Amino acid sequence: MKTDQIGKERNRVDGKAKVTGEAKYAAEFDAEKLAYGVVVSSGIAKGKIKRIDTSKALALDGVLQVFTHENRPGYMWLDKNYKDDDAPPGSPFRPLYDSEVQFSMQPIALVVAETFELARYAAMLVEVEYEEAEHDTDFESNLEQAYEPKEYKATEPPKPRGDVDQALAEASARIEETYTHPAEHHNPMEMHASTAVWEGDGKLTVYDKIQGVQNSQQYIASAFGMSKDEVRVISPFVGGAFGSGLRPQYQLFLAVLAARELQRSVRVVMTRQQMFSFGHRPKTLQRFKLGADTGGKLQALQQEVYGETSKFEDYSEDVVLWPGVLYPCDNTKLTHKLVALDVYTPLDMRAPGGTTGIYALECAIDELAYKAGIDPLEFRKKNYSEKDQNEDKPFSSKELRECYRQGADKFGWAKRRMEPRSMKEGHQLIGWGFAQGAWEANQAEASAKAVLSKEGKLTVSSATADIGTGTYTVMTQIAAEALGLPLEDVTFKLGDSDLPKAPLEGGSKTVATVGSAVKKACEQVQEKLLKLAQQQPDSPLAEAKLEEVDFSEGKISLKRDASKSVQLQDLLEQSDNGSLEGEVSTKPSDESKEYARYAHSAVFAEVKVDEDLGTVKVTRLVTAVAGGRIVNPKTARSQILGGMVWGMGVALHEHTVMDNNLGRFINHDLDKYHVPVNADVQEMEVIFVEEKDEVVNPLGVKGLGEIGVVGVAPAIANAIFHATGKRVRELPITMDKLL
Amino acid sequence: MEKENPPLPPLQSVTLRINGKEQRLELAPWTSLLDALREHLHLTGTKKGCDHGQCGACTVLIDGKRINSCLTLAMMQEDKEITTIEGLAKDGELHPVQQAFIDHDAFQCGYCTPGQICSVIGLVNEGKAKTLADIRDLMSGNVCRCGAYVNIVKVVQEALERSEAK
Amino acid sequence: MRPFTYTRATDVNSAVQEITRHEKAKFVAGGTNLLDLMKIDVMAPQHLVDITRIALKTIEETADGGLRLGALVTNNDTAYHEQVEKRYPLLSHAILAGATGQLRNMATDGGNLLQRTRCYYFYDTQTPCNKREPGSGCSAIKGYNRDLAILGTSEHCIATHPSDMCVALAALEASINVTGPNGDRVIPIADFHRLPGDTPHIDTNLQEDEIITSIDLPAKGFAEHYTYLKLRDRASYAFAIISVAAALDMDGDTIKEARIALGGVAHKPWRKPAAEAMLQGQQATRENFQKVAEAYLEGAKGYGDNDFKIELAKRAIVRALEQAFNKEGAA
Repeated sequence: MKTDQIGKERNRVDGKAKVTGEAKYAAEFDAEKLAYGVVVSSGIAKGKIKRIDTSKALALDGVLQVFTHENRPGYMWLDKNYKDDDAPPGSPFRPLYDSEVQFSMQPIALVVAETFELARYAAMLVEVEYEEAEHDTDFESNLEQAYEPKEYKATEPPKPRGDVDQALAEASARIEETYTHPAEHHNPMEMHASTAVWEGDGKLTVYDKIQGVQNSQQYIASAFGMSKDEVRVISPFVGGAFGSGLRPQYQLFLAVLAARELQRSVRVVMTRQQMFSFGHRPKTLQRFKLGADTGGKLQALQQEVYGETSKFEDYSEDVVLWPGVLYPCDNTKLTHKLVALDVYTPLDMRAPGGTTGIYALECAIDELAYKAGIDPLEFRKKNYSEKDQNEDKPFSSKELRECYRQGADKFGWAKRRMEPRSMKEGHQLIGWGFAQGAWEANQAEASAKAVLSKEGKLTVSSATADIGTGTYTVMTQIAAEALGLPLEDVTFKLGDSDLPKAPLEGGSKTVATVGSAVKKACEQVQEKLLKLAQQQPDSPLAEAKLEEVDFSEGKISLKRDASKSVQLQDLLEQSDNGSLEGEVSTKPSDESKEYARYAHSAVFAEVKVDEDLGTVKVTRLVTAVAGGRIVNPKTARSQILGGMVWGMGVALHEHTVMDNNLGRFINHDLDKYHVPVNADVQEMEVIFVEEKDEVVNPLGVKGLGEIGVVGVAPAIANAIFHATGKRVRELPITMDKLL
Repeated sequence: MEKENPPLPPLQSVTLRINGKEQRLELAPWTSLLDALREHLHLTGTKKGCDHGQCGACTVLIDGKRINSCLTLAMMQEDKEITTIEGLAKDGELHPVQQAFIDHDAFQCGYCTPGQICSVIGLVNEGKAKTLADIRDLMSGNVCRCGAYVNIVKVVQEALERSEAK
Repeated sequence: MRPFTYTRATDVNSAVQEITRHEKAKFVAGGTNLLDLMKIDVMAPQHLVDITRIALKTIEETADGGLRLGALVTNNDTAYHEQVEKRYPLLSHAILAGATGQLRNMATDGGNLLQRTRCYYFYDTQTPCNKREPGSGCSAIKGYNRDLAILGTSEHCIATHPSDMCVALAALEASINVTGPNGDRVIPIADFHRLPGDTPHIDTNLQEDEIITSIDLPAKGFAEHYTYLKLRDRASYAFAIISVAAALDMDGDTIKEARIALGGVAHKPWRKPAAEAMLQGQQATRENFQKVAEAYLEGAKGYGDNDFKIELAKRAIVRALEQAFNKEGAA
């Protein structure tokens, strides 16, 4: 494929809007007579609301209404009415449904007032009396009650292979260890918000923070018994989400409820504290048993996973998928059980399952490599998987070896000494660690529309999202490339439920999914243009087939003889109806399903750990990624860098603490829940190795949103071991654990 | 139900000077500068990320110094020169720091970006960042959940060089 | 935030008059902690007196050769002040170790003294907390207490004082000048903050109607051998797990005087002069530092999650003293 645009570094097309403050997020759309809703959250984790007294709030001038389970209108009640595209099996939470409290900080009332400040004050005046029931939030003490769900939300654990017990007994190197990953919260910088604009006649336009406008639209229509024509959901900019916007969150339901009841526009924004009141990465405990033979070949692998879920939905993620993808091993046993607690249902959070599973797997493998006395990178090379054993399929492409090579070169891995505590600088123990990672390169069904105007301006649209991932930019590039137009002449529209159907933006699949639809929609326009060209008298392209021509620099020209060409502008001026359209739906090819499709990474970390104080600094991180074709190296690099920062947060900082006495996440703000800040980040490098993939999807791309995260925490954990000789198997690795 | 009227905060007249323009508002004392900007003046470029001084998304410049607009009352900022992200571009031309954010791809979702930009300008005005470590520490008041720090640091380095060249 | 009225004071006397005149009134200056707490209903004054226009914004030499910091000088302006950087680098480093550029541009020196604890439970009105609501109980003692106090605690409260600046002020033996309806008085920093005892809701010995006007630093600034060591869970923008302000006055290799103040361990910056005195006339050796560290943590009590802080505090003291001796400042 020619590359006017694809593979080129491009500034974000929405950059100017973002640096000037013009880009509008869900809470920033104005409406006439806008009212403000503030949510009252429950103080207990479990029980019933015995009494809720809203009179003091209602007595204030300017308070419009206080919605509770007692006065909410009788909407839909069936579970299915509250299911959204990302709902796990079970019974979804229904806001203000009844007096029951199912988790701490559950929304129990919405105060609506003329101003935000007044609503916030009035919310303080709502008096609640509870009949408290004993809650169950202690993960460890409920391990015994863990169960296999009837239905896994994620992939079902692969079937056992061979005989793990015997292989372990025969192994010459063995480890058996337990790894714990804490609960974490997404905490995008923008708090969840919805502005429900009352359009009259029962119609609403809702500006929502969501990773898929059509999911919100469907949810609202179904929960409120509305037709889809009556609710339009718009979300042009999303201030980060990382999974928190996969499901419509309760502020959306409450804003719509209030707008319908009051027949007024209403905005509801969660507080930062309330950002800890819904989905989160579940706390997870993993028991690993690994065995290798004298040659350092992996012979046995057992992974027993316990993941937190709520009492009302069975959330699970792909924690046990990774051994089968990353390591050949004929004796495996992989199980994933759920521990149901009185918490809100966990929710996919950037690289769900992979962050957790690959962390533990890669630390366990590092431990085994040490047991076997083999350099950790060497150990991976000896145990390099040529096929996905979960599904017994070959990889559509896998340039992980090249990641090893280029990453190791850049990092200087060859100079590493095997023994821990072998490098020191003053009080700082220095350690080098390695880990690898993988992430699915999926494609889903999507639609897109392309319209080329008479003036030569191309508008392409699809109801997808840009949560900072660069969707606007790469789709613009893909479309511009297809028709050989400059970026300025192409506009990509997203985030509007009226646009052609697109799935949720998640799972690193948007470029493959929506990009393929965009490409094909533009190809329809190409066909129409070529047909027009051929209708011209003495057309230089008369006999040409589509694959024999190039669309470049505003012309269609023959590939074999570029002098034979037609100007697009001439064609458009001749066209009868003024503009040319293409609208398509695309889905993954049958051929691609014959292959296992994954992006891969190799991560090298250097840490400095204070020998007395246990403080950790990640001084260098190198990530080499095999991620298929890179559409925009500039934004792609940023995405991987961001993933690396996330991996650092996982390794060293992030931890939502459950106070089991209260059944409540207790560090619920950004002061006490630590995400990495600028000073935590030192040298970081990203390498994209070349990876050609003709099968994975028509663009040959693999998503990059998650592959940047997965290998980082284990690389850091392994580096900390190398520095200190101490294995910390409970994240995050804070100074207290290294004393 | 008959409404009683517990004492609500009285509205007071406030004149704020924002991006060189006087803005007269009737506000209750409990309105933060941030909410005055976003909800009363529709200057939504200044972001609310936590409302508690824990993230830096609401950073604006007061008399050239960066502050968190969520932790000050609008009333307290009368007679001050308030600069928000909307006031940086001049005659349609981006402020060099804005342009540098685009060129270095120093953002992803864009939500922390206006605060980051104001913070960079404030940091340059302070003139205390001498080393890479200084820059990283002095930019730590602006949390970027997308993790654009490496690129943000490049923007700051460039901005410091530019200010030294002057 | 509950409703409140707002007035401005233009001088110290009118400020004191305003605060006495109004029920449940508070001064507001930087606002960084007060407004934060008002939004979540932890504090609910009915009147705010804006004191930001009072002329307490200068840093001046005192008659005895020390430095007087106006109460309304911002933390950044203090830390970056030429005299502070030169003569009291310990204070400068401590201030810069706290908060962020933005917050330090707002927060004032007077306000910094009045920061309230960052205990999780104090910040969550749905949980019992004796500091927030006397008599409701302490959720932290049997709850999550990793960040909380190990020294000077009571059965009612194990909160810590969060300031970095105050730790340095404690080591420097600053004194606080205040004015109230009954005139002026001086409170030594050691007496300014209180231990929780059975009145954990009272943080300081400043009276409700008193205003801090300035902070005096004594002439001796320990500008040569000092360090501010702050251990925290991320590299910046985090409160201390443990911090140590260490200052040495050396005579060759012999210690003439040592000052050690700990942050993050108690309801106030922690000094133990008797332990400091152990170093007087001694050599600056690791063994001697370790002895002092042991003495400093005598009587420390962990509550489970924060047990590690006892050992960590000892190691931090040793390291801080070594750095101070080696002139490693804030390394």
